[in-house]
Amino acid sequence: MIKARVTVTLKNGVLDPQGKAIEGALGALGFDGIGQVRQGKVFDLHLETADKVKAEADLKAMCEKLLANTVIENYSISLA
Amino acid sequence: MKSAVVQLPGLNRDRDMIAALTKISGKAPVTVWQTETEIPDVDLIVIPGGFSYGDYLRCGAIAARMPVMQAIKAKAEQGVRVLGVCNGFQILVEAGLLPGALMRNASLKFVCREVKLEVVNADTAFTRAYAKGQVIRSPVAHHDGNYFADAETLKAIEGNGHVVFRYAEGTNPNGSVNDIAGVLNAKGNVLGMMPHPENLIESAHGGADGRGLFASALDVIAA
Repeated sequence: MIKARVTVTLKNGVLDPQGKAIEGALGALGFDGIGQVRQGKVFDLHLETADKVKAEADLKAMCEKLLANTVIENYSISLA
Repeated sequence: MKSAVVQLPGLNRDRDMIAALTKISGKAPVTVWQTETEIPDVDLIVIPGGFSYGDYLRCGAIAARMPVMQAIKAKAEQGVRVLGVCNGFQILVEAGLLPGALMRNASLKFVCREVKLEVVNADTAFTRAYAKGQVIRSPVAHHDGNYFADAETLKAIEGNGHVVFRYAEGTNPNGSVNDIAGVLNAKGNVLGMMPHPENLIESAHGGADGRGLFASALDVIAA
């Protein structure tokens, strides 16, 4: 089995109102000097294969087809 | 003209849409379930609003990958008119039938109120009953209606008249870029919009400003 983590983040230039709200809330808690907060998503997947090449190819296809909206989001894949 | 309404788990505006289509065309639409791979011979397919799949992952993302969407894509390529309202609009952009994306409202709040819409392009299959520049009333109810497109896409849709509706008179409820409320595809037969024209079609609704959209799309303009 391969464990994988997919991280999806908003592209630069895409407004992130949730990140902005979190940034404001952190400031209100007294955390100074926060330049920016961007919110993203993390997916942990267990793949029933030992083939890392196939796993990476499958994960890339999953990202392109469903996990990320590539109009507004970037994704990165890491295998444990 | 014959119409169809798509049904998916979590959509809840289908009954309003069926009522509007029935009242305006005089014929009840057929309903099409998400797993169907073929759509009956109709002239207009409508994806109504709601919260398909609980808005999980991204609004419309999971619905856009259901079998029925392949059938809708095929019909759209043949020139059949497709209208997506609210969650239907989100599903159409997620399916790649319309450009751009719909993001969380800039206010982070669910908005449920009336807005004003400017008919930016009255030369479309969906807006012929209106005049260019006409301002109509329409209800909105959504949490993720903040239209976004990259600069290049935006330039293309603005330049080609594919922005069909804009929020008018400072009523932009969600932070949409360029106040965009409704977008047409390049071929001119697929329209997505966040506002709910089906909820303003008769005096019982307090107005009938949305009627023209269905009268246009269903070719019953004289009615």
